[in-house]
Amino acid sequence: MSRLVPFLGFVLLAALLGFGIWWNTGHDPRTVPSPLINKPAPDFVLPELDDPAKTVSKASLLGKPYLVNVFASWCYVCGEEHPVLMAEANQLGVPLIGYNYKDAPDDAKAWLARHGNPYSMVIADRSGRTALNFGVYGAPETYLIDARGIIRYKRIGPLTPEVIKQQLEPAIAALKKEAP
Amino acid sequence: MTPELGQLALILAMLLAMAQAVLPLVGAWRGNRALMATARPAAAGQAVFVALAFLILVWAFLHFDFSVRYVADNSNLELPWYYRIAAVWGAHEGSLLLWILILNVWTIALAIFSRNLPEAFAARVLGVLGLISVGFLSFTIFTSDPFGRLLPMPMNGADLNPVLQDPGMTFHPPMLYMGYVGFSVAFAFSIAALLGGSMEQAWVRQARPWTNAAWGFLTCGIVAGSWWAYAELGWGGWWFWDPVENASFMPWLVGAALIHAQAITEKRGSLRAWTILLSIFAFSLSLLGTFLVRSGVLTSVHAFASDPRRGVYILVFLAIVVGGSLLLYALRAPKVMGGKPFAVFSRETALLIGNLMFAVAAAMVLLGTLFPLIGDALHLGKISVGPPYFGLLFPLLMTPVVLLLPMGPYLRWGKGDGGLLKGMLIRCAIAAVACAIVAAFFVDGSLKAIVGVAAAVWVGAGVLLYVIKRWREMPHGRRYPAEMAGMLFAHFGVAVFLIGVLLSESLSVSRDVRMAPGDVQTIGSYQFRFDGIKQTTGPNWHAEQASVTVTHDGKLLSVMHPQKRTYPHDQVQTESAVDAGITRDLYVALGEPMDAGNLHGAWALRVYYKPFVRWIWGGGLLMMLGGFVAACDRRFRVKRTATETAVTTAPSPNTRLAGEAQA
Repeated sequence: MSRLVPFLGFVLLAALLGFGIWWNTGHDPRTVPSPLINKPAPDFVLPELDDPAKTVSKASLLGKPYLVNVFASWCYVCGEEHPVLMAEANQLGVPLIGYNYKDAPDDAKAWLARHGNPYSMVIADRSGRTALNFGVYGAPETYLIDARGIIRYKRIGPLTPEVIKQQLEPAIAALKKEAP
Repeated sequence: MTPELGQLALILAMLLAMAQAVLPLVGAWRGNRALMATARPAAAGQAVFVALAFLILVWAFLHFDFSVRYVADNSNLELPWYYRIAAVWGAHEGSLLLWILILNVWTIALAIFSRNLPEAFAARVLGVLGLISVGFLSFTIFTSDPFGRLLPMPMNGADLNPVLQDPGMTFHPPMLYMGYVGFSVAFAFSIAALLGGSMEQAWVRQARPWTNAAWGFLTCGIVAGSWWAYAELGWGGWWFWDPVENASFMPWLVGAALIHAQAITEKRGSLRAWTILLSIFAFSLSLLGTFLVRSGVLTSVHAFASDPRRGVYILVFLAIVVGGSLLLYALRAPKVMGGKPFAVFSRETALLIGNLMFAVAAAMVLLGTLFPLIGDALHLGKISVGPPYFGLLFPLLMTPVVLLLPMGPYLRWGKGDGGLLKGMLIRCAIAAVACAIVAAFFVDGSLKAIVGVAAAVWVGAGVLLYVIKRWREMPHGRRYPAEMAGMLFAHFGVAVFLIGVLLSESLSVSRDVRMAPGDVQTIGSYQFRFDGIKQTTGPNWHAEQASVTVTHDGKLLSVMHPQKRTYPHDQVQTESAVDAGITRDLYVALGEPMDAGNLHGAWALRVYYKPFVRWIWGGGLLMMLGGFVAACDRRFRVKRTATETAVTTAPSPNTRLAGEAQA
């Protein structure tokens, strides 16, 4: 019987790891939940990628909920996430704003030209300073911001069809429900 | 066209791996020699196709074939050729291919050097290795294809993660994988023994050099990773108890235990079940490391692009390999029992205590690493135990190991000789206390440093005393067989490592300072003068480079150049400057400009004085050397006659001599 102990120990371990996979696909993923959830998004003024003369600010976006997707052309995982955004962006029911993070504008434009552009608008944060206020760990990350400018949901890491279905869509639906 | 050939090569390799897995195992079961004989050709064929696939990927990188998605994502036109080769294993898919290539290297080496093993046993060993290969090849082909196309082909690629653009990082993954995968040999030996229902000491002897070599490679990989983190990340730390570091450290701990357990089993025939269990654990933890890095279950700076589908796949694979082998162990282990009895006061007992400590330490690290997950499972919220947990428990568990370490060679197998041990212990203790008292005057009464000196002298003196004893007592040419020399190197490495860790941890001085050009900062007897910033460029980066002039007692010591590099896609990477020395490192990392982006104004700098920090890696390299030297012992390669390999026969004079010579 005692010889079964290592096996039973492993069964427990495997169960824990299986739980980990399930948990991380069903819940807010990586480490700590963002301290900014349910707090106002930081104020920002950022230029548009295609036309740096035009700027977008938090104030100009108030009044309607929107998604902010942090991406960069150098980011490997963003390439994996991109087809998902291309397929799903139109069906989300809220505008998807691309947040180009620490990227050279030409690279970003070329990248979007190559992979397609799912964003209704792309803002560029070349220095990454505004991203610091948002608490961006790295790309890709996605923020759902409501009509009053409050961060309601944050995803660290890529959006997958499962994450969109299980987390993002319910969060958007909740926003729609409370909207007047 | 060639990338498709690569894909095809992988598929062919997988088919051959299936043949290598199934046919010899069936052959060994049925006693069919023709089927058993397929193991070697199948392994050779598989290796050819895996090597071909790997070379095709290297070729694609060297020729900027950005139509391959993996190449486009991990290299660009400016990346120098040596980093383009390193980029092959710079991300998930390619590193998996490297894993498989290394598995094939080990398999081929084993196929060549296993000719004197019984046919059925060798067939089982190669079959088990084939089974592992099937798992990894199918994982690559079905979830992580490195040859996927990207159309239309971009004009230029993204970039290799700049963090990886460093010589230390180029060698780190291959060495680590050599270690991880190397444990598959001991694993395959154990599974083959369980399947066959008997375990002969001669087989354990054959498995030993593989374990030693694998452990040496793993040590090398960990040292390279630690050195890289120190030199590159700019925090001056050398170990962070990060989940992925832990993932490489757990097999290392179990591997160290396995090396000693195999010595007992080979020499005395005892503890067979324990040796089998440890070899299963060592390889399982290597697989677990692969799982943790790629499944997205835990997060870490090292984590690859994670994908839950991959996680599920590896978990299933893990369940089959580890669960299957542990179940096999539960069913079959009683069949392979045996060995000679030993007294409480004996070398076996000392090694067994050390073994248990290593195993418990590995379990402790596993628990700490998975703690955030356990927290989720029990709804305790996100909790994670960091350095405080490991930093308390690990030294506590290793204390008995350090205390016992010098005694090992002095204790006899079976029953130790108290008088011999006593004399040696008294000398070691006197040396340790004397050195600690002397050291106390130099370290401002820092207890940790004093303990470090005492512990290192305790271990080091024990090793040196044994070296002297052998020199006096043994005839020329028989004094230090490779196996023993390896043991002495590795044990002396522990002494060096102890000095490095405990002295650098307790006596380091670090300062975060704001320095304008011309400012001087004094640390100890060293003056650091900041002489401003200039621009500099490399093959694919440009950088702000500071000049820091260091003087010691008014004499110019060196001019250091820490950099802040910017790579083509605006990724920033610090490049710390290290003035290395045997007794101390001086370390300067460049932070941010402090005057609103004015490059020629004041900067934030981090300045360290780190005594004896180099000894940490020096000790690690000595341990690595020990592993390799021991693996080269001729005794492991000499063919045995049938009587000597039998389970129950008394040891021949030859083995007895070697037994006495062995730790």
